[in-house]
Amino acid sequence: MTSIAKPKIVHEGLRRNALGLTIRDYEGGMSTLCAGCGHDSVTTAIIQAVFELSIPPHRVAKMSGIGCSSKTPAYFLGSSHGFNAVHGRMPSIATGASAANRELHLIGVSGDGDSLSIGLGQFAHAVRRNLDMLYIIENNGVYGLTKGQFSASADIGTRAKRGEVNRQPPIDAVQLAMALGGTFVARSFSGDKEQLVPLIKAGIRHRGFALLDVLSPCVTFNDHEASTKSYAYAREHFHPVVHADFVPPTEEITVAYNRGEVMPVELHDGSRLLLRKVSDSYNMHNRGAAIDYVRAHQREGEFVTGLLYVHEGEPDLHAVNGTTSVPLNAVEYDKLCPGAAALAATNQRFR
Amino acid sequence: MAKSAKSRVNDFVLKLANVNGTGSASANSLLMKAIFRMGVPVTGKNFFPSNIQGLPTWYEVRVSKDGYLARSGAVDVMVAMNARTYEQDMREVSAGGTLIYDSTWPRDRLLSRADIRIIGIPLARMCNEHFAKARTRILMKNMAYVGALTALLDIDRTVIDELVREMFASKASLIDANMQAIDLGMSYALENFECPLETRIKAMNRTSGHIMIDGNTAAALGCVYAGATIGAWYPITPSTSVMDAFKAFCERLRKDPDTGERNYCVVQAEDELAAIGIVLGATWNGARAFTPTSGPGLSLMNEFLGFAYFAELPAVVFDIQRVGPSTGMPTRTQQADILAAAHASHGDTRHVLLFPADPGECFELSVAAFDLADRLQTPVLVLSDLDIGMNDWMCKDFQWDPAYRPDYGKVLDASTLEDMPAYHRYVDRDGDGIPYRTLPGVHPRGAYFVRGSGHDQYGSYTEDAVEYQQVVDRLLKKWETAKRLVPEPIVRRARKPAKWGIVSVGSCDPAINEAIDRLARDGIQVNYCRIRAFPFTKKVQRFLEQHERIFVVEQNRDAQLKSLLALELDYPKRQMHSILSYGGLPMDCRCVIDAVRAATAQEAAA
Repeated sequence: MTSIAKPKIVHEGLRRNALGLTIRDYEGGMSTLCAGCGHDSVTTAIIQAVFELSIPPHRVAKMSGIGCSSKTPAYFLGSSHGFNAVHGRMPSIATGASAANRELHLIGVSGDGDSLSIGLGQFAHAVRRNLDMLYIIENNGVYGLTKGQFSASADIGTRAKRGEVNRQPPIDAVQLAMALGGTFVARSFSGDKEQLVPLIKAGIRHRGFALLDVLSPCVTFNDHEASTKSYAYAREHFHPVVHADFVPPTEEITVAYNRGEVMPVELHDGSRLLLRKVSDSYNMHNRGAAIDYVRAHQREGEFVTGLLYVHEGEPDLHAVNGTTSVPLNAVEYDKLCPGAAALAATNQRFR
Repeated sequence: MAKSAKSRVNDFVLKLANVNGTGSASANSLLMKAIFRMGVPVTGKNFFPSNIQGLPTWYEVRVSKDGYLARSGAVDVMVAMNARTYEQDMREVSAGGTLIYDSTWPRDRLLSRADIRIIGIPLARMCNEHFAKARTRILMKNMAYVGALTALLDIDRTVIDELVREMFASKASLIDANMQAIDLGMSYALENFECPLETRIKAMNRTSGHIMIDGNTAAALGCVYAGATIGAWYPITPSTSVMDAFKAFCERLRKDPDTGERNYCVVQAEDELAAIGIVLGATWNGARAFTPTSGPGLSLMNEFLGFAYFAELPAVVFDIQRVGPSTGMPTRTQQADILAAAHASHGDTRHVLLFPADPGECFELSVAAFDLADRLQTPVLVLSDLDIGMNDWMCKDFQWDPAYRPDYGKVLDASTLEDMPAYHRYVDRDGDGIPYRTLPGVHPRGAYFVRGSGHDQYGSYTEDAVEYQQVVDRLLKKWETAKRLVPEPIVRRARKPAKWGIVSVGSCDPAINEAIDRLARDGIQVNYCRIRAFPFTKKVQRFLEQHERIFVVEQNRDAQLKSLLALELDYPKRQMHSILSYGGLPMDCRCVIDAVRAATAQEAAA
């Protein structure tokens, strides 16, 4: 068994959300990943974010491909439907799910192998389609389940646990998504829950494709000195440029902010993001400048974090298609079938 | 001068040899439609290259008062418009036939035959004299030969005019030029040749209640009527027109009249791996979804097809088969995906297949495919082919039963889930091997994990041998249930008792029916079982058992249908004889006739 049920104990004093549910209602099975795995922290952050957003768990669909990261949907939102797709193909499942059921909240969890190697094509096209979903890449630079081969996100000069040195340039999900027209591009570190939780909330509420690339160290195969994806390296080279606070629609903005320092972004459901620049030289309004900044810092061995680019209001899959507002899986058959008279008329066109 | 041809009124083959991209397709279908509207059974087969412009292309129109719509193998009237293929085209004309060519340029003296009639018409010269623009001149050459044929074959000019007006209804400015070109050809023929030829059309009343339609359009219409809302695809010849037609029908029939919102969603995927993934994402959510493809696309879809089989998700795949292996010949027809479709993906997988034989069945079986996929919670592959999919066939009017309601299968709704103490995805509660499924977003109790990894009957991950086997053995039980649900074969019995039978699928049908009639005239009786689905039903097994010898007729080199019969049914392989046609052109009846006759002669000699 790689999924172990957690005994559910609810303490009296446990905080309840707007639905009257506790955080325990958003948990999943016990993790079977290695102790200390970064992915487990991401799992915890997802649980907290969805709990705080007060989304009924069964209105969320969690999807993944294949790999360590793709196992994690079993460890959160136990009352949500899950889909563990074939390797690298989760974006197409998400596309179909969104096409059929536009009211469902879609959360995809993938890894660097799943998204940047075998599934690069599907990942790119999900960004291009501006599919309405949160897409998390738990990025550790290695293949864990097959015992430590480099992935496509491994940096040049990184040494594998067995000694091999990587000479190929990494594929950076963040730069890629920005170049492909991504409307919400963020990066974080599994060890920074303060940054991670608001980004997950914002990504769920963003209408369109929200990429969240999370550096999530692999304690077994890639947490050593010659790795650029280790906990130690991440803590040292972590370079936050924009902090995002998430404010739900019902709440008033209480933090005082000065114009120019904090930029509010309104999301389609009325909730807001308060973006605070941490680095003066970062320009989060300009896609090209954002890519340049991330690339320049990548060359220096730093990884830039935060909500790096966001643009609300771009048309998603359904806006482009002009789909009915009713989820297609709920449209009555009578509305779908043109009937016998229409068929007789159609016959006439073929004589 | 050619020897006198015997009268071939309403019984001949007209073949038109053209250059691809010169606009001949609309002229040729105009001719075919005119014959159809004159009440004479007709079919048109397009042999086109994998090319946009410049390569040779042929269109073969069979006119048959008896309603035989397969290729006959003969060519009675050839219109040779392509200098590059002229020699070959001339050679193909049956003795006593007629060849029409463009006499604007001198014809090599050697390229002639004494046993056919040769008619030269200066089509290019006439068009150059009457039309100014270069492109118009090229296009109008086609309409000029339509005019000539109208006179030579005695086609009703009023029908031609009516069709021209319909064809250019949205571009009325083009009507005059087209009419003028038709006049040119018609006048020239009337003035210079004895019209009509012995080979000609005479109006009858054998096409009322029928339509001329291609199978891809029909399949798309079936998807609309079945209530499919999501179509995902990657363009590939010869399946592309399925989605083109679906979109066109939906634009007309599926838009909200008030809001203009679409009650459907078509996603052009990045490849076929994604196309089938999109279908599965949609059916997981309870929508009816489909993808049209052809051989190479089917190869790419294998992994997800195995996933859908094991995770038990519905999917409808239209495989419009073309010539393989590999890229093969994309614009030629074959039935060579039978085994690949039946066993698509690694591991123990078997898929439900449907075999339509004409556009009428493409419509019907497309609706059936969605019902079966939902009922059985598994992919259903509709194996059509290029011949059915892209050629216009004469079919009975499509009918719709207003009482039809989709069979969505065993899907639990919110109130049922509310009253259940617990829900488990893969438990066989009814003993038919089909478990109950739930849809995301409906009820918290319905939540489960769809996975292609080993799972137990409760839907949990497992690596336990007993738990795994329980699931895959139950899938076998579901396979048995499928045998009771799939469409039965169509069996045609000979007038007299027959010890030999023919078994076939799909587009071989018209050739086989014609062959059976012609063999019967020689006193050779054979029965015929046209299989319409895999898994094979008991009726197929019984048909085999009733015959000493079975001819398995199919359009591939490796006798794939025969292999599948041998694998699945209890009948001696040595009693099955293959009749194979796999060059890429639609089957003609002579291959069946010749094989059965040879077997008869061999038996008589023994």
